[in-house]
Amino acid sequence: MTTSLTPPRRERSLQDQRARAAFWFLAPMLVMLFCVAAWPLFRSIYFSFTDTTLSNLYGGKWIGFDNYLSRRELSSGRVLWRGTLVDPAWWNAFWNTVRFSVVSVTIETILGMLVALVLNAEFKGRGFVRAAILVPWAIPTIVSAKMWGWMLNDQFGIINDILLNLHIIDQKVAWAANINTAMFAVLIVDVWKTTPFMALLCLAGLQMIPRDIYEAAKIDGVHPVRVFFKITLPLVRPALMVAVIFRILDALRIFDLIYVLTPNSDATKTMSIIARQNLIEFDKFAYGSAQSTLLFLIIAIFVMLYIWIGRVDLSGESGK
Amino acid sequence: MANIQLKAVRKAYGAVEVIKGIDLDIKKGEFMVFVGPSGCGKSTLLRLISGLESITSGDMLFDSERVNNVLPSQRGIAMVFQSYALYPHMNVYDNMAFGMKLAKSSKEEMDVRVRKAAQLLQIDHLLDRLPKQLSGGQRQRVAIGRAIVRDPRVFLFDEPLSNLDAALRVQTRLEIAKLHHDMSDVTMIYVTHDQVEAMTLADRICVLRDGKVEQVGTPSELYETPNSLFVAGFIGSPKMNFLTGDHAAKYNCSTLGIRSEHITIVPEGQGAWSGKVVHAEDLGSDNYLFVEVGSDEPLIVRRAGKLDIKLGTQVALAPQDGKLHRFGADGKPIA
Amino acid sequence: MTAMDIFKRTMFYFAVVVIVVVAVFPFYYAVITSFKTGTALFRVDYLITKLDWTNYAAVLGGRNFIRSIFNSVFIATTTVAFALLLAVTASYALARVRFRGRGLLLMVILAVSMFPQIAVLAGLFELVRFLGIYNTPYAMILSYTIFTLPFTVWVLTTFMRDLPIEIEEAAIVDGATPWVIITKVFMPLLWPALVTTGLLAFIGAWNEFLFALTFTASETQRTVPVAIGLLSGASQQEIPWGPIMAASVIVTVPLIVLVLIFQRKIVAGLTAGGVKG
Repeated sequence: MTTSLTPPRRERSLQDQRARAAFWFLAPMLVMLFCVAAWPLFRSIYFSFTDTTLSNLYGGKWIGFDNYLSRRELSSGRVLWRGTLVDPAWWNAFWNTVRFSVVSVTIETILGMLVALVLNAEFKGRGFVRAAILVPWAIPTIVSAKMWGWMLNDQFGIINDILLNLHIIDQKVAWAANINTAMFAVLIVDVWKTTPFMALLCLAGLQMIPRDIYEAAKIDGVHPVRVFFKITLPLVRPALMVAVIFRILDALRIFDLIYVLTPNSDATKTMSIIARQNLIEFDKFAYGSAQSTLLFLIIAIFVMLYIWIGRVDLSGESGK
Repeated sequence: MANIQLKAVRKAYGAVEVIKGIDLDIKKGEFMVFVGPSGCGKSTLLRLISGLESITSGDMLFDSERVNNVLPSQRGIAMVFQSYALYPHMNVYDNMAFGMKLAKSSKEEMDVRVRKAAQLLQIDHLLDRLPKQLSGGQRQRVAIGRAIVRDPRVFLFDEPLSNLDAALRVQTRLEIAKLHHDMSDVTMIYVTHDQVEAMTLADRICVLRDGKVEQVGTPSELYETPNSLFVAGFIGSPKMNFLTGDHAAKYNCSTLGIRSEHITIVPEGQGAWSGKVVHAEDLGSDNYLFVEVGSDEPLIVRRAGKLDIKLGTQVALAPQDGKLHRFGADGKPIA
Repeated sequence: MTAMDIFKRTMFYFAVVVIVVVAVFPFYYAVITSFKTGTALFRVDYLITKLDWTNYAAVLGGRNFIRSIFNSVFIATTTVAFALLLAVTASYALARVRFRGRGLLLMVILAVSMFPQIAVLAGLFELVRFLGIYNTPYAMILSYTIFTLPFTVWVLTTFMRDLPIEIEEAAIVDGATPWVIITKVFMPLLWPALVTTGLLAFIGAWNEFLFALTFTASETQRTVPVAIGLLSGASQQEIPWGPIMAASVIVTVPLIVLVLIFQRKIVAGLTAGGVKG
C-alpha cells in the first residue's frame, strides 16, 4: 500500500485477512505431509547411504554409494563390482516392472477407450452396464488376486476348464506358477481390475465433447472411423494424457497384486517387490532402501519428462 | 448516507492495469451509474469500492474517512450481485438475516428488520422458501432485501437486471428507482452496460472507457453536451448520427454529430443534406427514416407519428438550430 | 432397417454383453465357490447348486477375521475423518485464495499422492518404531495419511473451485471470515462432494496392503486385505479356497453396495481427481 501511516488495527485489508487465513488453513496439512512423506523419504534416502540393518536402525554407518555401486580390487588384481546397479535381480525386477507397466497401460487405455465409446452411445440399460463395470474397480486388489488365482488354478480353475472345452489348449496350464505365463496372469488381472477406471475417465472426456460437432461431421458425411481419429481423439487427448500418467505411476509401483498372485516368481518380481523383500524379509535394510530410492528417482524423472514433453497441465490452474 | 471520494485510484493485476487513475466524487444520497462497454473496468471499479478488491494505489474515502484497507463488511456497504448470489442452502429469511447473525445482532432487531424489508419488497410470504423454489424476479427481490437488511450507507448493484427477461427488467428497474426514492439518504452505485438503464435510473452517470473516466454528469448533460465523441456515440438510442469528411469539413470539424430527433425534413433545396430514404421503421408513436446522404452510414431521422413517406423518396434535411455537435480530430468537442 | 444396420446393432449389443460378463463374472464365480466345500470345490459349476454356509461359518467363527474387519473399519474411518478435517480448510485456501506458489503447491500435493509408497517405507518404518506404534492400528492410520490426505485435498480443491465466486463474495460483504465461509456457506454446499471424497479415500484405505503387511506382526492386528492375503491352510499345499472366497465375498459385498449406491457421485469424484485436474 502507498501510505506510510501506521494503519490502525482494524485496517487490515481483505486480501491480508485471506492470505493469513490461507496460511493457517494450509499449515496443519503441510506439517502432516512433511511428517509422513518428506521426512520418511529423506530418511529412506539417508539409509540407502548407510549399512543400517532392520534390527539396529540407529547403528548404521555412512558408506557412501556402496549400496548402489562399489568397486573392490582383490589382492589377485581382479576387480569386483557390487551393489544394486550390478545386481541381476534388480535389473530383472526393473525390466519386469517396465514390461508390466507398458503392456498393462497400453491395453487398459485401448480397452478403456473402447468401453467408453460403447457407454457413450445411448442404449437401454446403459446405467446398468456402467454399474457393472464399477464392480471390478470396487473389489480390493487382494481379493481380485485371490479370485483370479482361483480361476487360474492349474488343477481346478475355470479358465483351464473353459479353454480345454473350447480346444484352445490341450492340457492344463499352471498360469500363475509357470514362469512363462506368470506375467500373463498378472496382466490379465490388472487389466480386468483397472480398465473400468480408464473407461470412466475416457467417458468423462467423451461427454465433454459437444454433440453438435458429431452432428456436423455426420451431415458432412465423414466416416465414423475418421471422426474418431480426427475429432474424438484429439479432443479427449488432454483428459487421456492425465489418465494415462496416473495409471503408469500406479503400474510402476505395483506391489500387492503380484505379492499375492505370483509370490516368489522371478518372472513377475517388480522393483517394489524386491525392495520390500530386501528391506524387511532379507534383513538388507540399507540395500532395500537403495532400491526404493532408485524406484523413486525413476518415477520422478519419468514424471518430469512426461509433463515436459506432453505439456500436461496437471494442476488445472490454466483453465481458471 | 455517505459521500464517496476516489482519488487517483489505480488497480493493476500484475502488469495489467485495469483502472488507470480515477478521481471521482459521489455525493451522499446520489444514484450514480457506472456505464461503459465491456472491459472498461466498471465492474472492477465497483469491486474496489466494495472492498472485494484492494486498490493498487490512490485513496478511497467514505465520508472523508480513508477505507483503503477496511473490510467490505465494515464499510457499511451492501451489494446486489448479477447472479443474485443467494445462499442456496438457506431459506429466504436466513439469507436476509445472515449478515446480522454474523454481526451478532439481537434476535428481535433482526426479526424486525428482515420482516420490514420483506414487506417493502412484497416477499414476506416467501420467507420459508429456498432460493431454488423462487422465480428469477423473486430471487432478485431477495437479493435486494438482503442488501436492505444490512442497512447500508452505500448500496452497490452489479448489473442486477442482466439475468432477467425484458418485461421483468423494466418492472424491476422501476422498483429500484422507487427504492432509491424511499431510501433517499442512501448512496447508490449501479453498474450496467445498458445505457437505457443508466439514463432512466441515474442522478448522475459516469461513463468509463478503458479504465478511465470519460465523462461524469446528469443524464441530460451527457445527452446534450457530451464532451467526447465516445460519450456522444454511447449515450442515446438510436445512436447519434456522425458525419465525417466533406460533410464535417463544411462545419470546420472532423466529425459532425446530430441526434435523430434534431433533424427536420425541409422543402427541396433548403436543407443541409439531401438523399433517398433507404429504410424506414415504424414504431407507431414514432418513425425512423434512414436517409442515404453520401456519408458512411445513412442518417437516421426521428419523426413523431405514423410513417408517411415511401421508401426511395428523395428528401432534404436540415439540423435544428444549436443542436449540432462538432468534434475535432482528437474526439473532443469544438466549442 | 437394412441387414447392415441389424448386423451393427447385434455386434454392439454383443459387445455390451461381453463387457458386463467379463466385469461381473469373476466376482460371481467367487460367490459360487464360497458356497462349496469338500470335493464340490473341485468341480466347475456355473450356477449355485446348494447354499452351503460352512465356509462363512468357518471364516466368521475364527476370532481373528472379525478382529481384522474391526481393525480395517477403525483404521479406514479414522484416517478418512482425519484427512477430511485437514483437507477441507486446506482445499479452501488452495481453491479460493490467490497466493504465490499455489500452482507449485498443488503439484507437490499431487506428486505426494502419486508417490511409490515403497520409497518411504524404510523411513516410515523407522518413524513407526520410534513412535512405538508398530503392530498397532495407529501405524496404519499414520501411514495411510500419505495417500488419503493429498487425494482428499486434491479432489476437494477441484470441487471447491466450481462453487460460484459471487456466493463467497456475498458472504464476505455480509461479514463472514474465511472460517465462517467454509463452515456456514461452503460445507453445506459441499457435503455431497465430502461424502464422495470420503468414500473414495475410505476405499483406498480399506484396500491398502503394503503398509498393513509391513507394520503388523500379529494376526490380531491384521487388516482385512492382509488377513485374506495371508490366509493359509493346514499345510503349504492345501490352500483353503472355500474360506478365502467366503472372506472375499464378505469384505467385498459392502463395498460393491456402497459403490452402486453412490455410483454417480463416485464417477464425478474420480473424474474430478483425474480429467478436470
